[in-house]
Amino acid sequence: MSYPEDLRYTAEHEWARLESGLVTVGITSYATEQLGDIVFVELPELGRRLEAMKAFGTIEAVKTASDLFAPVAGEVVAINEALADNPALVNQSPFGEGWMIRVKPADAGDLKRLMNHEAYAQLIEEQHA
Amino acid sequence: MEPTATLKRTPFHRFHKDAGAKLVDFAGFEMPLRYAGDVREHQAVRTCAGLFDISHMGEFIVRGVGAAEFLDRALTNDIASTTPGQAMYTVMCRPDGGIVDDLYVYRSGDHFMLVVNASNIAKDFAWLRDQCPTGVSLTDRSDDTALLAVQGPKASDVLRGHVPEPALAMPANRFVEGPLFGVPATIARTGYTGEDGFELYFKSGDALAVWNGLIEAGRPHGLEPVGLGARDTLRLEMAYMLYGNDIDDTTSPLEAGLGWTVKLAKPAFTGRDALARQKEQGLTRRLVGLEAEGRRVPRHDMAVESGGRAVGRVTSGAYGPSVGKAVAMAYVDATSAALGAALEVAAGASRIPVRVVKRPFYTHGSRRAAG
Repeated sequence: MSYPEDLRYTAEHEWARLESGLVTVGITSYATEQLGDIVFVELPELGRRLEAMKAFGTIEAVKTASDLFAPVAGEVVAINEALADNPALVNQSPFGEGWMIRVKPADAGDLKRLMNHEAYAQLIEEQHA
Repeated sequence: MEPTATLKRTPFHRFHKDAGAKLVDFAGFEMPLRYAGDVREHQAVRTCAGLFDISHMGEFIVRGVGAAEFLDRALTNDIASTTPGQAMYTVMCRPDGGIVDDLYVYRSGDHFMLVVNASNIAKDFAWLRDQCPTGVSLTDRSDDTALLAVQGPKASDVLRGHVPEPALAMPANRFVEGPLFGVPATIARTGYTGEDGFELYFKSGDALAVWNGLIEAGRPHGLEPVGLGARDTLRLEMAYMLYGNDIDDTTSPLEAGLGWTVKLAKPAFTGRDALARQKEQGLTRRLVGLEAEGRRVPRHDMAVESGGRAVGRVTSGAYGPSVGKAVAMAYVDATSAALGAALEVAAGASRIPVRVVKRPFYTHGSRRAAG
């Protein structure tokens, strides 16, 4: 299994993409495969300040629920409104249209603490060894 | 169970792997959780037909003079009244009224087949063996029996031409013995989905012929393999019990709403006195159906509250694709169990508003009437 090279990853299966000073956050294809069909994504309000690796929302699949963890500290500047009507976007396009929030990071340097695609792929492999 | 313990496999394991199923440990078996996706599989069963491998379930054969009387004493339902070709749902209780298991009893001409939950095979067998009188034989055939379910409004179209004709005409809770794709089988009109359908019992050695036959015959009718994920949402929409979640050794069939399987008019059966007393004194808690008002989903083991006070616990909960809502079952204090009661389910720091509603949640299934 390979994962997009331009993203950073958490051990809780979130991804983070730094673009023009903002960090977009979603969950990985591995996470969606584990969860199954997603029926609801509870996201934070705009302006909320997130702490790194603290829960910022909840994802409900048919069979199970999971917390969403913030890859970096920062302020929520956008949420993916499309998920309210179509949470299945997360299953269909976890790294694209299924993104969840956009954060103005307290320190963009924090992304370096997250895993790169190779380290994340290795983590998944080890969990399945 | 030891995490390193080897999981048992059903005779269909290879087909699940080939179909790309995600496999999980269920009651010590490596079973398919999902193939194409929970919702798609669920909808296939509601609209066309689904194929389930449920070979993990246990099958016991009870035979001999006195078999009917033995089962009538060990089980709560009216087993003595059954006739050959009839299947009956029942529970098996402890003397204190707790549920040892819920099971199906199939009566044949000269024996009974009991179909029990996979997680309870060893417990049930020991329980029955201890009560089994001389002259009655009890045999565990779980390991050499394969069990597939074909469920959905198109189930009989899938089987037409591959089972004896009377099997397609029979009502629910009846069964016939006869060839299935040319191999000896028990063909029962039973299921766990709320749809019309069949449960097919045959020898493990015939697995290949039956699986391939069903896949081929099912293709024009939209038959899809269905995993345990959709099996759970289908049964939950019907408010069917899942042993270990909704019922167990500490719950009584009366509390669970299974009073219809408890025949207190029978002179003697295990648990009768405790259940008669419970009925007379009134129930302190009841299993109720809950419908969530938001989109958060109540899940197993979450607390149920009324005005901030704990009144119960969720036993099963999921998003119900066919009801379009999150639904759950929960034991709640009898005073909070009235239809329409507004309660809350504690999901971490947040509260999910729920309402007590009638069971089943889904009422449009193609299930036949029993006969």
